[in-house]
Amino acid sequence: MADDISKERVMHVADLARLHITDEEAEKLAEELRSIIKHAEQLKELDTTNVEPTTHVIQLENVMRKDEPRTDWITQEEALKNAPDHKDGQFRVPSILSE
Amino acid sequence: MSLFDHSIKELEEKLHNKEISVQDLVKASLDRIKEVDDEIQAFITLDEENAMKQAKELDESSEEKSLFGLPIGLKDNIVTKDLRTTSGSKILENFNDPLYDAEVVEKLKEQKTVTIGKLNMDEFAMGSGTEYSAYKKTKNPWDTDRVPGGSSGGSAAAVAAGELKFALGSDTGGSIRQPAAFCGVVGMKPTYGRVSRFGLVAFASSLDQIGPITRTVEDNARVLEVIAGHDEKDSTSANLEVPVFTDALTKDVAGLKIAVPKEYFGEGVAQEVKDAVRAAIEKYESLGATCEEVSLPHSKYALSTYYILASAEASASLARFDGVRYGVRAENVEDMIDMYKRSRSENFGEEVKRRIMLGTFALSSGYYDAYYKKAQKVRTLIKNDFEQIFEEYDIILGPTAPTTAFKLGEEMDDPVIAYANDVLTIPVNLAGVPAISIPCGFSSEGLPIGLQIIGKHFDEAMVYRAAHAFEQATDFHKQRPDIGGAAK
Repeated sequence: MADDISKERVMHVADLARLHITDEEAEKLAEELRSIIKHAEQLKELDTTNVEPTTHVIQLENVMRKDEPRTDWITQEEALKNAPDHKDGQFRVPSILSE
Repeated sequence: MSLFDHSIKELEEKLHNKEISVQDLVKASLDRIKEVDDEIQAFITLDEENAMKQAKELDESSEEKSLFGLPIGLKDNIVTKDLRTTSGSKILENFNDPLYDAEVVEKLKEQKTVTIGKLNMDEFAMGSGTEYSAYKKTKNPWDTDRVPGGSSGGSAAAVAAGELKFALGSDTGGSIRQPAAFCGVVGMKPTYGRVSRFGLVAFASSLDQIGPITRTVEDNARVLEVIAGHDEKDSTSANLEVPVFTDALTKDVAGLKIAVPKEYFGEGVAQEVKDAVRAAIEKYESLGATCEEVSLPHSKYALSTYYILASAEASASLARFDGVRYGVRAENVEDMIDMYKRSRSENFGEEVKRRIMLGTFALSSGYYDAYYKKAQKVRTLIKNDFEQIFEEYDIILGPTAPTTAFKLGEEMDDPVIAYANDVLTIPVNLAGVPAISIPCGFSSEGLPIGLQIIGKHFDEAMVYRAAHAFEQATDFHKQRPDIGGAAK
């Protein structure tokens, strides 16, 4: 499957990852990913038919709390303090709908 | 002699007897930084003014607490309220006003430690030489042509060079233990869940742990006692009582059963490293422990498993850097998608982009089962290997890294060098068990070699006990790098 990693495939993955890459970078990344994935093909040697996947090594339990706002944590003003752009108490981003 | 040649316990006594003041300690730290850090380059951000001000206030109070008044440093992926936190990345270069302290920082502040600054690291902790920092290249105090290791290279170098009493690092695949080994200091990666990750900039959330880097095992145990414990703000933090780790430092290892995995002495491991670790094993036997060769048969699959799982998790963790709520936003963008893409592409480094790409690929439709899910299953096999050994043995011993510190630039030229460097530390993160690196010798070139001691889940006490017994029976931890002149 490593050989399936074409430049086009890499461009598609970059789009999913919200990265902008040039043609040249895509060529280079395709080569690098092919070599990393080729190495990872070794995992296929192992029979894992009855093996459960591990997502976390320790037993986890859902942690619940009441759905109440924590006003002692941060204020709206503070939440905007590090934002590149904000207006009227909200984060400001470029328009997402064309006119 | 530097003030930092005294143990934490001795410094606490000196403070109590008014032989020294907190201002003396903080000044000693700042003076040493002035003397050596132009060369070492361990810090991304220094907080000199606040540190002196705080020291003065502490001298006017008469509190007595563990770690009180000690000058410390934090890896720059540990969030500090109102103090710039970059995670080694350009995308956070303007993140000057974080809104809260990480849980570990809150715990240290309760003890009244003094934060001197934030320490250099590979961008988002991805790397083994601290060369992937967007800010600077940290040098190894033992040989400034060499890397300090990574990703917590700033933390290990600063402690080794005597710039701080201790530092915190983070370890996802070896990022505390490998730099500790390269710099000849003590670095502990606690059991997954032992220390809260609240306020640690996430790299791979099922693997990341914060831990202490110190000069001695006793100091290390004292710091972990303070930063460990349950935190309701981290759902993966374990609700278990934290033992008094320093009580375990009995110097006695008689009767302990020690496992030595043959896979940890394979082809890629340098002869000098093998020799030093073999000598350490003999030392344990002379102290009354029993050492036996064992096998961790799935070790060779750990590297692939790790790169798939850690990159997949990283691709999700780093999705938050989108130029909206904090961090750098690209200018003159066309639309929203263009803003995301350009903010990220222009401000993430090459290695970070490579891993986001690998992770997104492994999670993408058609590849998820073949790579991601497969890796999660192999992770179970790796974890089972460790559990089986621990049914019979108390600890596992091996080298921390296959080589001593490599030269600056070597990792950049050949990523394989860097990836292979993590091969002995990665299985520990995949299994979630605790492990420490302590000095166990020097190469013919005078570079430190690290001994890795791995324990059962939540049995850091046993790891510390074994580490301390070896340290007290040897002199490696007393060696100092020859930097900034002697007689300090």
